[in-house]
Amino acid sequence: MFGKMFSPEVLKPQIRELKLSIYLLNKNKLTRLSMITVILLIAFAILAPFIAPYPSHIYGIANPQDKLLPPSAKYIFGTDELGRDVFSRVLYGTRISLQTAILAVGLALLIGIPLGAIAGATGGYVDEIIMRITDIFLSFPPLLLAIAIAAFLGPNLQNAMLAIAISWWPWYTRLVRGQAVSIRERQFVKAAKAIGTPHFKIVFGHIVPNCIAPVIVQASMDLGGVILTAASLSFLGLGAQPPTPEWGLMVSTSRNYFLNAWWYSFFPGIAIFITVLAFNLLGDGLREIMDPKTRKY
Amino acid sequence: MKTFIAKRLLLGILVLFGVILITFTLTRVIPSDPAAQWVGPRATAEQIKAARIELGLDKPLYIQFGKYLQNLLRGNLGYSLKSHQPVLNELKTYIPATMELVLLSTIGAIFIGLPLGVMSAKRKDEWVDHICRFFSVGAVSLPTFWIGIFLQLVFYRWLGILPMGDQLSMNIKLMYNIPKITGFLTLDSLITGNFIVFKDALTHLILPGITIALYPIGLVARMTRSALLEILNEDYIRAARSYGLPERMVLWSYALKNSLGPTVTVVTLSIGYTLVNTFLVESIFSWPGIGNYVATAVISLDYPAIMGVTIFSACAYVILNLIADIIIALDPRVRI
Repeated sequence: MFGKMFSPEVLKPQIRELKLSIYLLNKNKLTRLSMITVILLIAFAILAPFIAPYPSHIYGIANPQDKLLPPSAKYIFGTDELGRDVFSRVLYGTRISLQTAILAVGLALLIGIPLGAIAGATGGYVDEIIMRITDIFLSFPPLLLAIAIAAFLGPNLQNAMLAIAISWWPWYTRLVRGQAVSIRERQFVKAAKAIGTPHFKIVFGHIVPNCIAPVIVQASMDLGGVILTAASLSFLGLGAQPPTPEWGLMVSTSRNYFLNAWWYSFFPGIAIFITVLAFNLLGDGLREIMDPKTRKY
Repeated sequence: MKTFIAKRLLLGILVLFGVILITFTLTRVIPSDPAAQWVGPRATAEQIKAARIELGLDKPLYIQFGKYLQNLLRGNLGYSLKSHQPVLNELKTYIPATMELVLLSTIGAIFIGLPLGVMSAKRKDEWVDHICRFFSVGAVSLPTFWIGIFLQLVFYRWLGILPMGDQLSMNIKLMYNIPKITGFLTLDSLITGNFIVFKDALTHLILPGITIALYPIGLVARMTRSALLEILNEDYIRAARSYGLPERMVLWSYALKNSLGPTVTVVTLSIGYTLVNTFLVESIFSWPGIGNYVATAVISLDYPAIMGVTIFSACAYVILNLIADIIIALDPRVRI
């Protein structure tokens, strides 16, 4: 089904488009900087076990003799109330935050794409019902819904992910539906219908693969917001639980000590900020390139 | 216009119903037992059973939901599992403090965010634009809870010029008695002419106010900029310029008026976001509002309280959306 989609002949214009996009992304200084930051963050996430100076400090092990030490050559970001290296924990936090965000967005896509495709391709009352449900979800802040859901599901990272996905999918449903409605009218779909292809196959074999690109772009732009939401949930005690080195959770625990140990809340917080900022700036750059109105050659 | 409002109102009610249905279902599928929470940790099995009957938890789910809706229409949000007080009364005592913060941030969004966006659009790709853009993207990327802590660190711990939290200093709280007229502390103290309390309340507002206002300021600036940029490319703007109209007039009167649609939407939206952001900020500043209330309710799984706040926020959100829709519909181009 997908084999033909990726043959070199078919992909040629897309590759050209991709090259152009990368060139344009590179031209804007701010966007380039954010792209480099995102790549660095991904590298940190993957290489965390090798870079972290004190991998044993991540879970468990306490060194009470070194507790709440200010930044020094030995501990560049200082230590926390259990004497654990803040730098190692912030580094591992990259892993957790990116993982959480990607899984949550992935789950939201998994719910949102099929629903949107079905709504757009089927039309009629199915469309009406699905879209009215998305309207309900879209009409209030995702963080509120995520807080309510996470509170009721019980506080842990998996439930926080689930809560974010449940409050995020309608955005993708709406996007995919819009695409699907226009693709439905295209010749190849009509041809498939004419030779008697089952509706299910038309939706998932013809319509979904053709409207996936803008959704993926949107999803990558959303990562910043999702990371912030996940950190906020953890801060409220609804996400990661100790001793997980999650940034929001670290800021939350640091509240009892920050007046005398600024580094403890400063570094995890700045890590969230840089990550979310990088993703948001990259998203902004992407949007400007995708939108022909603001696109400059 | 009337049918438009009626339609929007209907959708709003549908949304509220959806929110209530979702949260209600969630409270019933959670593993914790509300009856056991109601009677406390040292209750006997009989007491829990009696509480279950008292709370109506023994009835089928749809009857429970019907009962809940019925109570809701009478303004009864149920009783807090922790304090055993009516949730509505508790909300009433906490809402004014939160509204004070929300109002302040909205004023900030309009009077700082809007001009920032206009300035940025006017000088697109100049350094002013870069700074404004960086600030606005930065403001929406900042973890609200962290900036609160950071401001406390700088202005309370290091500089020692602003209080750490709460609405009033302890000594002022003990010395003066402010009657509740509007519920807004700053307003009440002003009405009663108590300037000492007013000044104290104002200094206590600064840090939480800045913390909570940053996000809407960034959001509004960003939206105004992009909406304006699109308009500034239109032919009628070019025409207005070619007539030799002063740039100030073109920008503030011709362009801004036409880009107000998305800006109004984003201002109302940002009020909703601010309301949710208070959940994160109030606990940091020990601000006696609904955010603080829900933050503690969430930890103790006091579900009537969580539902109460959720429904309140959803109501506020629906009303705000309605207002935004009506304001936009006043624009003759959108009028149906």
